[in-house]
Amino acid sequence: MSENYTPDSKVGKWFNDRLPLLSLASHLKDYPTPKNLNYWWTFGGILTFCLITQIVTGIVLAMHYVAHADLAFGSVEHIMRDVNYGWLIRYIHSNGASMFFLAVYIHIFRSLFYGSYKSPREVIWIIGILIYLLMMAAAFMGYVLPWGQMSFWGATVITNLFSAIPLVGESITTWLWGAYSVDNPTLNRFFSLHYLIPFLILGLVVLHIWALHVPGNNNPVGIDIKKPSKDTVPFHPYITIKDIFALLMFTILFAGFVFFAPNVLGHSDNYIPANPMVTPAHIVPEWYLLPFYAILRSVPDKLGGVILMFSAIFILFILPWLDTSKVRSAVYRPIYKQFFWILVIDIFLLGYVGAMPAEGLYLVLARVGTIYYFLHFLVVLPLVGYFEKTDPIPISISEPVMTGSANLGLAKKTDEKI
Amino acid sequence: MKKFKILLLTALFLFSINLKLNAAGEQAEPIKIDWSFKGLTGKFDRSSLQRGFQVYKEVCASCHSMQYLSYRNLGEPGGPEFSEAEVKAIAASFEVSDGPDAQGEMFTRPGRPSDKFVSPYPNVKAAAAANGGAYPPDMSVLVKARKGGANYIYSVLVGYEDPPAGVTLDDGVYYNKYMIGNKIKMPNNLSDGLVEYADGTSATVDQMAKDVTTFLAWAAEPELEERHKTGIKVMIYLILLSILVYLSMKKIWSRIDSEM
Repeated sequence: MSENYTPDSKVGKWFNDRLPLLSLASHLKDYPTPKNLNYWWTFGGILTFCLITQIVTGIVLAMHYVAHADLAFGSVEHIMRDVNYGWLIRYIHSNGASMFFLAVYIHIFRSLFYGSYKSPREVIWIIGILIYLLMMAAAFMGYVLPWGQMSFWGATVITNLFSAIPLVGESITTWLWGAYSVDNPTLNRFFSLHYLIPFLILGLVVLHIWALHVPGNNNPVGIDIKKPSKDTVPFHPYITIKDIFALLMFTILFAGFVFFAPNVLGHSDNYIPANPMVTPAHIVPEWYLLPFYAILRSVPDKLGGVILMFSAIFILFILPWLDTSKVRSAVYRPIYKQFFWILVIDIFLLGYVGAMPAEGLYLVLARVGTIYYFLHFLVVLPLVGYFEKTDPIPISISEPVMTGSANLGLAKKTDEKI
Repeated sequence: MKKFKILLLTALFLFSINLKLNAAGEQAEPIKIDWSFKGLTGKFDRSSLQRGFQVYKEVCASCHSMQYLSYRNLGEPGGPEFSEAEVKAIAASFEVSDGPDAQGEMFTRPGRPSDKFVSPYPNVKAAAAANGGAYPPDMSVLVKARKGGANYIYSVLVGYEDPPAGVTLDDGVYYNKYMIGNKIKMPNNLSDGLVEYADGTSATVDQMAKDVTTFLAWAAEPELEERHKTGIKVMIYLILLSILVYLSMKKIWSRIDSEM
């Protein structure tokens, strides 16, 4: 942190000696950031905005919502009809979940493309995946709260996954439910946890940013840079103004959904009150979980499907060690770049078949997609990193001189290896 | 037994979508209507909402509840906008059970605008028992609860036909090509001239179906007009702010870009 910083005023100095908040503020303001960051780097700020929006709207919703199996559905309608601007708050919250995932997926793919998960940023990446996991848990539990048909049956299906665990599975499921099926106790605990998780995420976000500020940002060129130098700009005003502009673009899209299509991302069945006696013809998760749903269904065995689905997420934790290439940015990795786009297509394919019936061609596609997903991480990444001949890397951001023998540590190492 | 149930659920979970697909094979695509409430600036047709309420009150309400609406909603902006006196008269035409009074007895009284719409049956079981086992769904959010929304509701209302040759129907089951499985337990309740519109509009089946669907669309989304209006203001604000921020950004970054 800015060790050299001393507040101008006496009071400021007195306070800062006891709690260096002003030093922290100064650090955040001056934080040297690579000047070549593109708009894919603005999603960190956008995600912070999403989290705060969800927390603020969620707290207001919780003031009017009733977590009871007989009253929850009606209390949501009460919010929509009788609470001042309740419809706006609820639509921001429900569409906000989708926007949050849209932003987090872009953020993750940016990291994959520019190698932001690589040394020395592994811990940032791992905390990020933990945040992503918690987001999925929070989103799932939040979707249960309106107690519509999709809420109830989605909860039934997902909690039943735990019954696949040998020996203790059934006991665990009953324990999760707090009853012998999804019922009022389940709704109550999901509400409690849905309120808790965002604050856990907030804590992890602080760690995520802290861990980021140790090595500093990666950048599109993917090289280490001297900080501060002519390759960097102070965070404020350069990055703040750019983040605000990107955030406004994002907000326009967000507002488009909230005001003009608030229900297109949801499922119409969730406006039917939960009915344990009637199973909907079509149980699907929200769009952001579809690729994992496809992986789950691609395995004919329930336990196998569950293991594979969780593996698909947990494999991301060891990604920094699966990728053997020392070059970060895909811009200088001609082979990896192609595999990156194949992975993107593969995940879109999985999302698509996740929404389709698990039969015939769809099932075949789901299996191919699943196998490829794991191949990408377990086989392609280690091998490509080893065999790929990377392009020459610039020495610095300001001097885009391509060199086969860059004098900066990273480029040099790569060069020797090839 | 428990294991079997879980297996069954999983199977349902895994293959639920086929059922939908198979069923959808017979189901006709809903007719697309150019509703006045469609689009970014869509608004409800006030007189259509008032006529739709009349159809609901005289036809639908004998079986379908609308428990999340209050009579006062009928006079609120963005809805049918009945006058205050009309809303009071409408509410007073219903008997509402209230209580307990000082003696501990329940009693009935004429409705007030603050009352919720009176339901035709005391509970879902009673509704199902009176309707051959299929309870008429609550219509408060029906338009949002069906794929296809208003188009679907309208299509079902006008979609009654004689069953094609080879299709036999049980008693109390009717043929409707827009329903899943083409079977519906609600009889065709609309016929030309069934209601007498106060504004002189001819009460054809098509007109009544459109009016009542408009009314149901409003009931499901009473905030629609306010949402559209606010949305346009928000968009204009965000776009203007974006332009200002963009220009500021260019100015600030010009200090750096000139060095490059």
